[in-house]
Amino acid sequence: MSIIVGYVPTAEGAAALDRAIAEARRNQSRLVIINSSRGDALVDKRYVQAEDLNAVTERLEREGVEHLVLQPVRGNDAANEVLEAAEKYRADLIVIGLRKRTPVGKLIMGSTAQQILLEASCPVLAVKAGA
Amino acid sequence: MDILSSLMDGFATALTPINLLYALIGVILGTAVGVLPGIGPAMTVALLLPVTYVLEPTSAFIMFAGIYYGGMYGGSTTSILLNTPGESSSVITAIEGNKMAKAGRAAQALATAAIGSFVAGTIGTALLVVFAPIVVQFAVSLGSPSYFAIMILALLAVTAVLGASRLRGFASLGLGLAIGLVGIDSVSGQRRLTFGQPLLADGLDIVVVAVAIFAVGEALWVAAHLRRTPLQIIPVGRPWMGKEDWKRSWKPWLRGTALGFPFGALPAGGAEIPTFLSYVTEKRLSKHPEEFGKGAIEGVAGPEAANNAAAAGTLTPMLALGLPTNATAAVMLAAFVQFGIQPGPLLFANEGPLVWALIASLFIGNTLLLLVNLPLAPVWAKLLRLPRPYLYAGILFFATLGAYSVNLQSFDLVILLVLGALGFMMRRYGLPVLPLILGVILGPRLEKQLRQTLQLSAGDVSGLWSEPIAVVVYILVGIILVWPLLLKTWRRARPRQLAAVGTFADSPLVDGPLADSPTAARSTAHSPTAADSTAARDRQAVATDGQENADTHADTHVSNGQEKQ
Repeated sequence: MSIIVGYVPTAEGAAALDRAIAEARRNQSRLVIINSSRGDALVDKRYVQAEDLNAVTERLEREGVEHLVLQPVRGNDAANEVLEAAEKYRADLIVIGLRKRTPVGKLIMGSTAQQILLEASCPVLAVKAGA
Repeated sequence: MDILSSLMDGFATALTPINLLYALIGVILGTAVGVLPGIGPAMTVALLLPVTYVLEPTSAFIMFAGIYYGGMYGGSTTSILLNTPGESSSVITAIEGNKMAKAGRAAQALATAAIGSFVAGTIGTALLVVFAPIVVQFAVSLGSPSYFAIMILALLAVTAVLGASRLRGFASLGLGLAIGLVGIDSVSGQRRLTFGQPLLADGLDIVVVAVAIFAVGEALWVAAHLRRTPLQIIPVGRPWMGKEDWKRSWKPWLRGTALGFPFGALPAGGAEIPTFLSYVTEKRLSKHPEEFGKGAIEGVAGPEAANNAAAAGTLTPMLALGLPTNATAAVMLAAFVQFGIQPGPLLFANEGPLVWALIASLFIGNTLLLLVNLPLAPVWAKLLRLPRPYLYAGILFFATLGAYSVNLQSFDLVILLVLGALGFMMRRYGLPVLPLILGVILGPRLEKQLRQTLQLSAGDVSGLWSEPIAVVVYILVGIILVWPLLLKTWRRARPRQLAAVGTFADSPLVDGPLADSPTAARSTAHSPTAADSTAARDRQAVATDGQENADTHADTHVSNGQEKQ
């Protein structure tokens, strides 16, 4: 039993993490946090640095959730990393954050969330920021 | 001819709208490549050379001057915000600058770097105006033997004094001189290193060599080390300084300038030694020595000023003697040749208007840098989020296009690939690139002077030291070569001094704040103390091994730092 959450240091990411923690506590399951970067740019603001990561792990310990934090930098898209982890840890739920997008915005931007929704073999819970 | 009126004529040329535009393009491009670790002004000038054939030489050089100063400036942004020095002369800036940024004073650090660069660049350029004509007057009287000796000194100094490993430096210099030899010998008509290949008879085009070593080599290196853990960038708004910051900055700026210019102007020039000296001086003179290592503004102001003053100083031997001592100046010298302009002491006499316009544009470029960079600092920081595959794909495209357009023959592309592979291997094994480029560019000129000397003396070797200046220079060369040996024996004789020197090498850099970052290994390797101290050299050897084993590669950018200038 485990829950996978794709975490990025944004409002959506925080909302997803909050919800994932709540789910993990309710189901008494392990929480696997994925925060990845393709690592091809010198600076990636979606990659969590040590300080913020410590805050997250501290919170998880406080809440008493069994957890695992992964930060793969292997040149893969975030969606692939989440899906791979879901398979590996036999996830029964994936939690992701969603941005509010207009249909035109959706047309232009490729979506990590969409790929996860379409390709995941387990239920996916999509959370919006402030919801 | 009156210097001032020539300079005013230069301003008149440089201030035309079209030339101002080129200066602006140069400044923006220069800062952009300075900000990005691994690519630098030398590569940019080399890539732009083929493009600028259609321009007036004056416009082209005005743009190059902007790139040159912009690159110097841009490196400080990366040092301060990311702790990844874009070039070796910004290594020192990173020490205090990054600490300041972490303490929430990034805006002040950037401001003191920008304003200090402006002050030092302007004073340095003014000194260039004063000293270059004097050097020219002196240089016109020099004969071939003295010239030959001075060139030897410059090559040896750059190879032996800068950089960490003499062996690697000389290997690189040897490669460069060999590449410079390719082609038909101008005196005897003999084919050298052409391997029976008629296309090699004209020699290798300098543009192709420079683009291959800088652009293709770096692109391959980055491709081999593409994935890395993203670094944290410190967010920053518009740079500004408070009253206290001004009070603490202006003296280091002036002292840094005073240290930087002479070091840049010497044939053994370089920006690393003066930045380091400036840091040590500021640390000693500061009223707040306890702040050093925790983000002292003096430690940013002084070295940044020194680095820009050295950049201005480097142009003195470049323009007055035709003797470049850093990579960008070397490529600019190659550009002179491409435009059919003969560099050397007669440059001021023959191409007066161009040279003075170039110098005037240095003043203008410096001012533009300040105007452009103070408000744009956050934008430059965003540049670091660019995915590098796109960036290097663009660079490779331009490199190929440029190399092909020089002679419109596909054989040049083969050379581009071969030398690009060489550039990659040099980075892989830690060979500095600067001696190679200087060897390629100065080698043929060196040979010409040697030939002339020997022709004048009818083949008698003693002709080489027939001029008093040549003798003096050879003595200097001897000192540079024997110096490390002397130092070693001296240390063996007095072990206590060794310890003192050892701690000196340890304190500011090796165990400095940089030591915990992956860049530390290479940055210390380039520090002047490391070059002097055997202890530090051993450490460097360890560091290099570490680099080869561990697949971290933040070191790339510092190891390439030297040729970025």
